[in-house]
Amino acid sequence: MRKIAIYGKGGIGKSTTTQNTVAGLAEMGKKIMVVGCDPKADSTRLLLGGLAQKSVLDTLREEGEDVELEDIRRSGFMETWCVESGGPEPGVGCAGRGIITSINMLESLGAYEESEGLDYAFYDVLGDVVCGGFAMPIRDGKAQEIYIVCSGEMMAMYAANNICKGIRKYAESGGVRLGGLICNSRNVDNESEMIQELAKKIGTQMIYFVPRDNDVQRAEINRQTVIEWNPEAPQAQHYRNLAKAIDENQMFVIPNPLEIEELEQLLLNYGLMAA
Amino acid sequence: MPAKNSKLARPTPARLKEEILKKYPPKVARKRAKQILINEALENDTPEITANVRTIPGIITMRGCTYAGCKGVIMGPTRDIVNITHGPIGCGFYSWLTRRNQTDASAPDAHNYMTYCFSTDMQDKDIIFGGEKKLEQAIQEAYDLFHPKGIAIFATCPVGLIGDDIHAVAAKMKRKLGDCNVFAFSCEGYKGVSQSAGHHIANNQVFRHLVGQNDEPKPGEYKISLLGEYNIGGDGFEIDRILKKCGITNIATFSGNSSYDQFASAHTADLNAVMCHRSINYVADMLEIKFGIPWVKVNFIGAEATSKSLRKIAQYFGERKLIDRVEEVIAEELPPVKAVAEEVRPRTEGKTAMLFVGGSRAHHYQELFKELGMQTISAGYEFAHRDDYEGRHVLPNLQVDADSRNIEEIEVHPDESRHNPRKSEAEMTELTEAGLKFKEYDGMIPDMNPGAMVIDDLNQYEAEKMVEMLKPDIFCAGIKEKFSIQKLGIPMKQLHSYDSGGPYAGFRGAVNFYHEIDRLVNSRVWGYMKAPWQENPELSATYVWE
Repeated sequence: MRKIAIYGKGGIGKSTTTQNTVAGLAEMGKKIMVVGCDPKADSTRLLLGGLAQKSVLDTLREEGEDVELEDIRRSGFMETWCVESGGPEPGVGCAGRGIITSINMLESLGAYEESEGLDYAFYDVLGDVVCGGFAMPIRDGKAQEIYIVCSGEMMAMYAANNICKGIRKYAESGGVRLGGLICNSRNVDNESEMIQELAKKIGTQMIYFVPRDNDVQRAEINRQTVIEWNPEAPQAQHYRNLAKAIDENQMFVIPNPLEIEELEQLLLNYGLMAA
Repeated sequence: MPAKNSKLARPTPARLKEEILKKYPPKVARKRAKQILINEALENDTPEITANVRTIPGIITMRGCTYAGCKGVIMGPTRDIVNITHGPIGCGFYSWLTRRNQTDASAPDAHNYMTYCFSTDMQDKDIIFGGEKKLEQAIQEAYDLFHPKGIAIFATCPVGLIGDDIHAVAAKMKRKLGDCNVFAFSCEGYKGVSQSAGHHIANNQVFRHLVGQNDEPKPGEYKISLLGEYNIGGDGFEIDRILKKCGITNIATFSGNSSYDQFASAHTADLNAVMCHRSINYVADMLEIKFGIPWVKVNFIGAEATSKSLRKIAQYFGERKLIDRVEEVIAEELPPVKAVAEEVRPRTEGKTAMLFVGGSRAHHYQELFKELGMQTISAGYEFAHRDDYEGRHVLPNLQVDADSRNIEEIEVHPDESRHNPRKSEAEMTELTEAGLKFKEYDGMIPDMNPGAMVIDDLNQYEAEKMVEMLKPDIFCAGIKEKFSIQKLGIPMKQLHSYDSGGPYAGFRGAVNFYHEIDRLVNSRVWGYMKAPWQENPELSATYVWE
């Protein structure tokens, strides 16, 4: 089983990209579990066709210790397993601690056991690596591969670079590696070239360039992945390509995060080229 | 006397300091060097010590945490306030009845909640989803069970990390309950560099939420409050006995043997007598600014010091009746104490002590040792600031660092209706000229012999090194140091909790202390003990499965 965590700046499209990619992998016949690591519990909405998921932490709170695997995971598109970690209301408690607890719970309930026949486990993690709890999926070998969703916008690249610092910290102690950057296009000038250059400098690859397409939005309104909503759409093919690229990926590295000056220079070079 | 010869060969202080620092990496040595002071006259100056700074990570410090300072030290001794520890159970459990602060709840309407341990017992799910609801529930439960006048809430480390708004919960529950004063302390253990931060946080909230709640005048004359006396081993009982005998009324003790009502009326006293300067000087200053009550430093540890402190109080009130009564009491109480000292002294004379405790005790107890003819060759505080070592005259020059700024400093103004200077300016000047010092504390260093070593925030390694090199006849510190010192063959006396003894304050306390020290320094039990490795340095063993 390959365990993959998806990180990236808030609002960059991690959940959308993850679910569409997972749909692509499911089409290829893979057995997948998606674990949403966001207190909002909206990481599996497209696979489940709605937000009806009861989170691990809510279940734990209500049922006490007596929790079954079937209480916390639901079957979504093409029998992908969907789990939402959940967490506190905004402004209270500790969501990071919640992620630690729910991943440990999944493990102790045997969600990753060989008998479950999983090919992939995906962790969709909230925003930046904000604290130890949100780094949980990349600690202790919980995830072995990281993909960072980013775009050609400065803050997205800055966040990607920051996440690389978190990966490097755990790469040295655990076994986690960076699998690549997924460029979720915002139609920025020279976007593909710039992200390729950033990837090169970090020591990784741009594994795929997902163009911007309003079909993504249309599918989301229908609570579906693009692949489910319109298998013929060109965007559906892009997600299949991304799924294939990840499935065939052989390049796993310990990233070398850039100094901030280097990062700004990169933006300047490509931004000026367009001007 | 045996073992005296080795003391003649005692290394010089400079050599000692060098020896201690040798073990440290250069940067650590540089920092520690500033906290190790040799008491010597400089040309125009007194030596300066660094204190109240962070302990260097890796060093096994004697210090405690901010929660311990707030809940354990300042608020713990009050009997009729329910103290709820908001956090995992350990913080509440290990601060439950461990300080030996006694209380007298024998009055028919008195309540004593000190024997209970209240905690919200936070679990994983409370950390994740926040603990405010559970705290509310705990307050309600405590109220329903006991109907106390006050409920205090103490934050532990995780509460600060997850951001539970304990003050909002306190305010909400205070409104809801109506007849119970609920207030909270943001005293997370990690705040500040030592428990000293916790004292300050406690002082602020006591002043905000308790002091001044009851304006009704208390009966009695010569009203004082005793600040920084925690009734360890019954010290406060002995001091109260003496004050009563002198005709002095103690309105409130902060906070040994105290009750809610004492704090509420504290602003009706006419003088504040400060014992432990470090832990309570903030309240003394605030009471003076807001209500016009002057404060003087006192010390009831040591028979002579007790007499001196009583005379100070009498001098302040300035009435013949009190002055005469105080002299009568001293004349009656002191001779029997001196008789015991004289009987003990031949066995204690010339012996040496080391004191590493508190923010005042390491100073105050030198008095008692002096009365036994014993010399304090080295002393230091765990959590004191520079003014406790060098005197309050250094206050304007204190460097306020980020750690101190992190602790709230509340701004106090004279109370519009209740500010009442107890003495006119002319009277204050007159008293000052007559030798009564207000708002003054000279610190530990001026009372120590030349060549004595003053060490701030002593640690395990340095303690062992000092004992090894100076071989004192007794070492005084706390429970954490107790057994490592005894293992070195040196008698050890706890001056936080007094082991199982006390009181040691006042006249009768001095007698108790003389006997205790006589017993300790003249017992050779620790010297006779041989550790297994001393007799048989090589141990052999086999695996049980072989």
